[in-house]
Amino acid sequence: MANGVIAAKFENYLEYKKHKGIFAWILSTDHKRIGLLYLVSMVVFFWVGVTLGFLMKIEMLTPGKTIVDAQTYNSFFTLHGIIMIFLFIIPGIPAVFGNFFLPIQIGARDVAFPRLNLLSWYLYVIGGLFAIISLFLQGGPIDVGWTFYVPYSIRTTTNVILPLFGAFILGFSSILTGLNFITTVHRLRAPGMTFFRMPLFVWALYATAWIQVVATPVVGITIVMVIVERAFQIGIFDPAIGGDPLLFQHLFWIYSHPAVYIMILPAMGVVSEIIPTFARRTIFGYKVIAFSSLAIALIGYFVWAHHMFSSGMSNTSRAVFSLLTFLVAVPSGVKVFNWVATLYKGSIDLRAPLIYVMMFIFLFSIGGLTGLVLGSLSTDVHVTDTYFVVAHFHYVMFGGAAIILFAALHYWFPKMFGKMYNEKIAIWATPFIFIGFNMLYFTMFILGYKGMPRRYWSYLPEYQTLHIVSTVGSWILILGLAIMFGNLIYALFKGKPADSNPWGGVTLEWQIPSPPPVENFDEIPVVNHGPYDFTKINESTNGRY
Amino acid sequence: MEDINSTVISSTQTDTKSEPHHLSIPHQHKDAIGAKIGMWLFLFTELLLFGGLFLLYMAYRLQYSKDFVIAASELNLFLGTINTIILLTSSLTMALSIAAIQREKKKLSIFSLLSTIGFALTFLVIKYFEWSAKFQHGIAPKSPELLSKPNGEIIFYGMYYSMTGLHALHVIIGAIVLSFMFVFLVRNKISSKDYIKLENSGLYWHLVDLIWIFLFPLFYLLH
Repeated sequence: MANGVIAAKFENYLEYKKHKGIFAWILSTDHKRIGLLYLVSMVVFFWVGVTLGFLMKIEMLTPGKTIVDAQTYNSFFTLHGIIMIFLFIIPGIPAVFGNFFLPIQIGARDVAFPRLNLLSWYLYVIGGLFAIISLFLQGGPIDVGWTFYVPYSIRTTTNVILPLFGAFILGFSSILTGLNFITTVHRLRAPGMTFFRMPLFVWALYATAWIQVVATPVVGITIVMVIVERAFQIGIFDPAIGGDPLLFQHLFWIYSHPAVYIMILPAMGVVSEIIPTFARRTIFGYKVIAFSSLAIALIGYFVWAHHMFSSGMSNTSRAVFSLLTFLVAVPSGVKVFNWVATLYKGSIDLRAPLIYVMMFIFLFSIGGLTGLVLGSLSTDVHVTDTYFVVAHFHYVMFGGAAIILFAALHYWFPKMFGKMYNEKIAIWATPFIFIGFNMLYFTMFILGYKGMPRRYWSYLPEYQTLHIVSTVGSWILILGLAIMFGNLIYALFKGKPADSNPWGGVTLEWQIPSPPPVENFDEIPVVNHGPYDFTKINESTNGRY
Repeated sequence: MEDINSTVISSTQTDTKSEPHHLSIPHQHKDAIGAKIGMWLFLFTELLLFGGLFLLYMAYRLQYSKDFVIAASELNLFLGTINTIILLTSSLTMALSIAAIQREKKKLSIFSLLSTIGFALTFLVIKYFEWSAKFQHGIAPKSPELLSKPNGEIIFYGMYYSMTGLHALHVIIGAIVLSFMFVFLVRNKISSKDYIKLENSGLYWHLVDLIWIFLFPLFYLLH
């Protein structure tokens, strides 16, 4: 690197600036900067969603009105759902950590289409703004629930078209990200980086990208048809002139069930990264985990109608969809067993990221097992549309995808920003999150089992004790989240400089400086072994790091 | 740590001559195969977008087959046929434009591309007359005359306007994209060595054509 010009080219990506001020970010096509753009915008939307959830829980402290009226409550749960699902969890791990680490983990300098990548972020922001703007327009905020079920969504007088259009644009953003990742994996792997030498996070992202490409257009057109129906009354979803609302539900869930795997698959990929690093041994069943991602992507596509068991389908199709639903639990179970087997006899280093992963395995297992209750016809009809469902998907989505997003944030924080956070505080946040989470959502299983319907603004007095426990849980959870984010934000400014490899990881991102240089690698690496080969690192450090 | 780094990034600082190669990131953007993979994936999503509508069409055709036959007989088969011929021909000229630039015949390529854009505009003009004739007969969305018809016919026209409307939107987008390609051709941004933009636009145009080939029999021919 005698040549000064070349050296300048490899300065770290946070210092390298082509444009000034904010333009260095919003005009950058660097995948790492785009990842951070997503991170910042998503954290903002996440806290908006948390605030709405917090207010909803306060409203549920007493039967009848506590702080808001019923109509406002309807808007609260709708917006909480739209923001958390479309603006936080669906872009979630792929948009932040996928963008940042997918190219690095396969030894590439960027994604296949960097400008398209930036466009995806712009579409994401525009879609989000549409949803926000609709709050302040005449007619009032949308109140149809995040599922937009017809015919109510074509009858209500609130602002439906704008947030729907926002969701359509967000879908477009998601499709372009998926398309970009698939092409990147196929075209930009470093020499020697065969498919079976790719880290499992990349495998998970690859499977996710396929779901994004294959499923999202279907909900796109469905949303457009609801808008057209509202604007022009064409009858397709309007039962008053012959339309069939059930068709909407089918088309909606054909996307929105696979979307559940868009949310959870990347999280499973992150788990497969963190566990080997902190167990100091190669992952158990690499190929099985890789294929189980693809299997989840494939089977997940054929289970959508389990959301509609009580919507009036034929018994045959209900039985078939119930069976298929059980099948999709198999690859998920395969993953969980392989993770646990990896920890077995590993040299476990219980750092913050691994603690979050442990929390994930516990919460996700509860979420998964209660999913079987909902997947069985005979039990589903009793608990469907109750708090049981709410509890189930918060265990899977929050306990699954979001907790792992936090784990990933801790795991890759030193690499992304070149700073270390305070490990003790990071660990201290976890009991608050864990206890608060279980108080908040486990009570909902009991409430739902006892018959408390979801989305209700008021309830019978006998449910009040459990509702109060749940609300107090939400405060503890938010306290834990605040400690966690506060710790990370403090580290961002005051953290100690981080090593290039603070955990002793062996995938490619740990072999470049922290933070990474602008073009990731000064020379494209040549890969000659699998992703989780700890023999070298264990030899050089005598098994300890 | 040191030896681990050096095993994977084995060639660090060994080969300074390859610098021009690794500085050439813009070349990654010129990865023609990558660009084509991206385009095919995009076309796949387009197919699925229309797929949702085809699914709705199928469901309602089964439910209201008689109404669908009655409503379909009122569409203008002559204009539909003309438009089909126009779109098929435009796909031919599109393919010719790509073949011509591969053989370094720039003028022929530009001429073929302009014909394609011309066909696209003709298609839209005919579509405009077709729709406005329907509107004049009161068959427009939300019109009391259409809403007084049986449910199946309302839905038939709902599907007709949505699907041909979405298709027409794609024709418009296609025409705009092809106009950009025209500018690129004139300015030599597209050449016999680098014609992936034109080829990808061609793929998109063929998809627009292909979707019409399914729309035409579904709405005009199936009685």
